[in-house]
Amino acid sequence: MTSAGSPALVFHDLTLGYDRRPAVHHLDGIVHEGDLLAVVGPNGAGKSTFLNGIVGQVATLGGRLDLCGRTVRDFAYLPQRAEIDASFPINVHDFVATGAWRRLGAWRRAGREEELRIADALARVSLTGFEARPIGTLSGGQLQRALFARTIVQDARLILLDEPCAAVDTRTSEDLLAVMTGWHRERRTVIAALHDLDQVRRAFPRTLLLARNPVAWGSTAEVLTPENLVRSRQLVEAWSSDREPCADDGHGPSHGHAHDHATAHRKDAAA
Amino acid sequence: MIDAVFGPFVEFAFMRRALVGCLALSLSAPPIGVFLVLRRMSLMSDAMAHAILPGAAIGFLVAGLSVPAMTAGGLVAGVAVALGAGFVARHTVLREDASLAAFYLLSLAAGVTLVSMRGSSVDLLHFLFGSVLALGDDALVLLGAVATVTLGWLAVAYRPLVIECVDPLFLRLSGRASALTHLSFLAVAVLNLVAAFQALGTLLAVGLMILPAVAARFWARDLAPLIGIAILIAAFSSVAGLLLSYHAGLPSGPAIILSAGAIYLLSMLFGRRGALIHAQAAGHLRG
Repeated sequence: MTSAGSPALVFHDLTLGYDRRPAVHHLDGIVHEGDLLAVVGPNGAGKSTFLNGIVGQVATLGGRLDLCGRTVRDFAYLPQRAEIDASFPINVHDFVATGAWRRLGAWRRAGREEELRIADALARVSLTGFEARPIGTLSGGQLQRALFARTIVQDARLILLDEPCAAVDTRTSEDLLAVMTGWHRERRTVIAALHDLDQVRRAFPRTLLLARNPVAWGSTAEVLTPENLVRSRQLVEAWSSDREPCADDGHGPSHGHAHDHATAHRKDAAA
Repeated sequence: MIDAVFGPFVEFAFMRRALVGCLALSLSAPPIGVFLVLRRMSLMSDAMAHAILPGAAIGFLVAGLSVPAMTAGGLVAGVAVALGAGFVARHTVLREDASLAAFYLLSLAAGVTLVSMRGSSVDLLHFLFGSVLALGDDALVLLGAVATVTLGWLAVAYRPLVIECVDPLFLRLSGRASALTHLSFLAVAVLNLVAAFQALGTLLAVGLMILPAVAARFWARDLAPLIGIAILIAAFSSVAGLLLSYHAGLPSGPAIILSAGAIYLLSMLFGRRGALIHAQAAGHLRG
């Protein structure tokens, strides 16, 4: 399946990392408007780094990323452990309404249109009736639903989600997947890091298989082959051990370099 | 009874001035305190209050007991510590609470030393515990101005402030409001501490900010009632403390903070979300 849309994100040999230690190497590729792209890979493969890099929260160490005329502010981003302070006294309705922040700013009140949007978002994540509940009383799955509702209200053309279905029950996971495919039908661009390959095969037309380096990027059926999956696991394991991690790195295979990779990786594993 | 409550304020101008000053402070400090408590920054506010001391002391060394000089010095020192603690936490191994404790001790020692270089022990007491009963025109203007600025700022920044508290990354990614919100919040907090310093001194300045805010937590769950109740508690403590100090001959600043402290303890026991109700509910569950 090819995308007919114009480019939304263009990666030019992009390398991302922390403290000058690369965590995702040499990404080349294009995300088109309307793509529904899954980012998969073993733990420590750099999926979160990839998404954090797109929203500018991780330093670019090499190459560049073209946002195609948009700014990070036009994106909706749902990080894996959203830094939500659930003990803060705010109810579900007001929390979901914060998704309208960019349109309403500090003063404008949410008019009829925004209220309809909020009600519709709550209905789509099956949280109708929870409006007055403080977010601190929600279960993990319900909070994730509320975060999806806020993302719906944001009404962004490009949506990034980091493990949106981690640590939620199967029913919630399926409901959230339905929201994501709904966004796809609305021709929004959706990029989601996921670990459930079955879900990816069912719902995501395109996949990026990441193992520090991009292993494969294309239609899901072509990417998620047994050979590619084995290769990605081996690559990440190679990164974890002290074996020479990438010969074609281009940073020079000096001893110090390899050592840097190894320590960076241990830090990731500890985190 | 009525005479005991209104008499002192009718009879003495200094009591009226103290009342006006404290009520102005009760309007502005508790809302800031509510946000400080919700953001788990109560300790930070205490450290900033201490940091004001050396700054105000330098103002005192230069210009004597002049409100503008001490206020300017306190503002500079307070902002420096607020930003410095964050910087140290971000760029060194020390966590923010540890760096705040260090700042806190350093400021107190430096401030007391500076005041003692020129002032008497009466001056020192004034610095440490304030002088509610001797508020001059300058101080009253300062307290009123700070209350006005604080309430105006809250009206403007309420929404981004709430978003910043709940999900800082969300606000950071959706615009420039994030840094502005955080920095202006710190600035308004310092302003309130400088104002409170005039009335309550370094050691008690955070009292009317934090105690009403934590006491309100035992009564209300939502943000708007929290702020309203905190303001009421602060205002009531001010009146009660001033009367207590008048009738029982107690030092006024500590009497106000003791009143607020008493309300805090009572709220903890008897509040709608306090310990006794909690114990009762637990008993019901056990059957």
